[in-house]
Amino acid sequence: MTRKRGKTGYLLVIPGALYLLAFFALPFYSLIATSLYDPSGSDFRGYEMTYAFGNFVDAITDYWQPLLRSLAYGGVATVLCLVLGYVLAYAIAFKAGRWKILMLVLVIAPFFTSFLVRTLSWKLLLADDGFIVNTLQFLQILGDDGRLLATPVAVIAGLTYNFLPFMVLPLFASLDRVDYRLIEASGDLYANPITTFFKVTWPLSLPGVVSGTLLTFIPAVGDYINAELLGNTNTRMIGNVIQSLFTDANDYPAAAALSVILMTMILALVLVYVRRAGTEELL
Amino acid sequence: MTATASTGSGGVTRRRLLRAGGGLAAVGLGAAGLKLPFFSADGAQQDPMDCMAGDLSSTDKRLVVSNWTGYIDPRRKKTSTLQEFQRRTGIAVEYTDDINDNAEFYAKVRNQLGDCQPIGRDMIMLTDWMAARMISLGWIQPLDAERVPNLHANLIEPLRNRPWDPDLTYHAPWQSGLTGIAYNAAEVGEVRSFSELLTRADLKGRVTLLTEMRDTMGFLLLTRGADPGDFTPDEWADAIDELRRVVADGQIRAFSGNDYLNDLASGNVLACEAWSGDVIQATLDNPDIRWVVPEEGLMLWSDNMMVPNLATHGANAEAWIDYFYEPEVAARLAAWVNYICPVQGAREAMEGIDPSLVDNPLIFPDDDALAATYGFMALDDRASLTYERDWADVTGG
Repeated sequence: MTRKRGKTGYLLVIPGALYLLAFFALPFYSLIATSLYDPSGSDFRGYEMTYAFGNFVDAITDYWQPLLRSLAYGGVATVLCLVLGYVLAYAIAFKAGRWKILMLVLVIAPFFTSFLVRTLSWKLLLADDGFIVNTLQFLQILGDDGRLLATPVAVIAGLTYNFLPFMVLPLFASLDRVDYRLIEASGDLYANPITTFFKVTWPLSLPGVVSGTLLTFIPAVGDYINAELLGNTNTRMIGNVIQSLFTDANDYPAAAALSVILMTMILALVLVYVRRAGTEELL
Repeated sequence: MTATASTGSGGVTRRRLLRAGGGLAAVGLGAAGLKLPFFSADGAQQDPMDCMAGDLSSTDKRLVVSNWTGYIDPRRKKTSTLQEFQRRTGIAVEYTDDINDNAEFYAKVRNQLGDCQPIGRDMIMLTDWMAARMISLGWIQPLDAERVPNLHANLIEPLRNRPWDPDLTYHAPWQSGLTGIAYNAAEVGEVRSFSELLTRADLKGRVTLLTEMRDTMGFLLLTRGADPGDFTPDEWADAIDELRRVVADGQIRAFSGNDYLNDLASGNVLACEAWSGDVIQATLDNPDIRWVVPEEGLMLWSDNMMVPNLATHGANAEAWIDYFYEPEVAARLAAWVNYICPVQGAREAMEGIDPSLVDNPLIFPDDDALAATYGFMALDDRASLTYERDWADVTGG
């Protein structure tokens, strides 16, 4: 009986595995090959495979700044998403009552419009003569010639906004499954609300925290739309660099090497994180 | 870490799945190794004579055109230039405005054209430098001079004899434009030169430059006393260093491709490098936006009609080119798009269409104005890669 179930399991995996093979493994293989091409090649002359591992060294030497910047922006945005998202998911799971479904729909609602349009609308919100900047200037938080658009603040705010739903949904899924009687029991055993939160609610929500942070951090680090539309030349993220190396400079080996470096870095960070966060059962 | 991995001895555990997946991936890589050699990629250069498709024009009355957005008069109107072309020739035009950026379009079609495969288009419109690159890659079909007599008769003098296609064998300018400066007169005092954009303290952080390397670096070279049409690697290095310094100072707010005029109108940006046709259109909405001919001069460029390899309606494309080189048609097009009209005689024809545009120097510049313009030096393969990389590093680092 158990053997049979095993076979069915493998059969069910085949369609997905084939799909990933065609659309992930093969392009990834070609990406790695490109990253090792002779950097002096071009579209006219073609590219020799010279196993030019120097491409990686060059890429890091030339672009360590945007690499670190991407990690920093992605990290800050993830933390902001976690703080904002946890409060929201907690409210939806425990306090929303009959409004629960409506609130979930509202969280998802931004997905009904395009990512690009939503980010563009932030340009209006943060405009130099806009309401937000004027208010902050009035409150002396921003100087008279201070601005938000084309600063790191705008890029991180845009990232936070765009990836917030990816944080809220897994957090909600985890919190919604928490048996509320456990929280009541904690109160019955004379734990105050803060202790209850840290000893009961937070540990039970950890799977949501881990998947939410991963779903936010990974795409945020590689994002280039926010930096492109809301940032300036000093806030470019690694995605922008890869894009301009690929389409403008046609320097495919360098662009591919940077992509591989970015992937490796994210993978390493995620592995460390998942190990530290506990066990794989959290996922 | 390990406790949960072994529930149910025969079921699919994550670990087994991973192991199976790894095996599958290895097989996949092996198979891919046969199809996709790990060694080298061929050059993308082709011979247009080998990449010719049979011309179906006479039987299949269609024409597939790709152009930039907003680059033709409203085409659904009965009286539009496109509708009249269809009526006159019986050719059904499938017109798409799917070109946003030269480099992006290149990336889109590179794999097909570089491999002698069709891209499903009969005509594409690209700027000089990209046209030159595609022609030298052998991706463009020659035009039959006998079928485009109007082109050879009516093209204005300053656009003839381009070094990359002196005999108009492969390209026909669609529209031309000038690159200069625009500023918002409601927000800032007059701006006269490009070097003011780079140095004036009251513009700090409120200036945008264009993402087209040849436009912006053309001006940088001019401000450093070099000729964009003929400069040395040292002059280039000097100009790019200057740009790097200005960017690091925070003088430049951003490099923008097409949304710069919104920022100018809303006051986020006070002055910017700008294209002439965009500025004419923006001035109609907001009279405070002013066009400036920089003291350093202007950059002149064209977007060019070309027939890509393996296009199946080459003769229909030639009919289209010849049609748009009729002065009257060209004038109607120019009256709408407001770029420089490349057709001799269109100025006279404009009298009957919109007399207010006849004396507009941004649509019909006089010869003196065009004599003071610069084009960007044609770059070879190696130089292009180096310079584009320098440019990407400054604008993208």
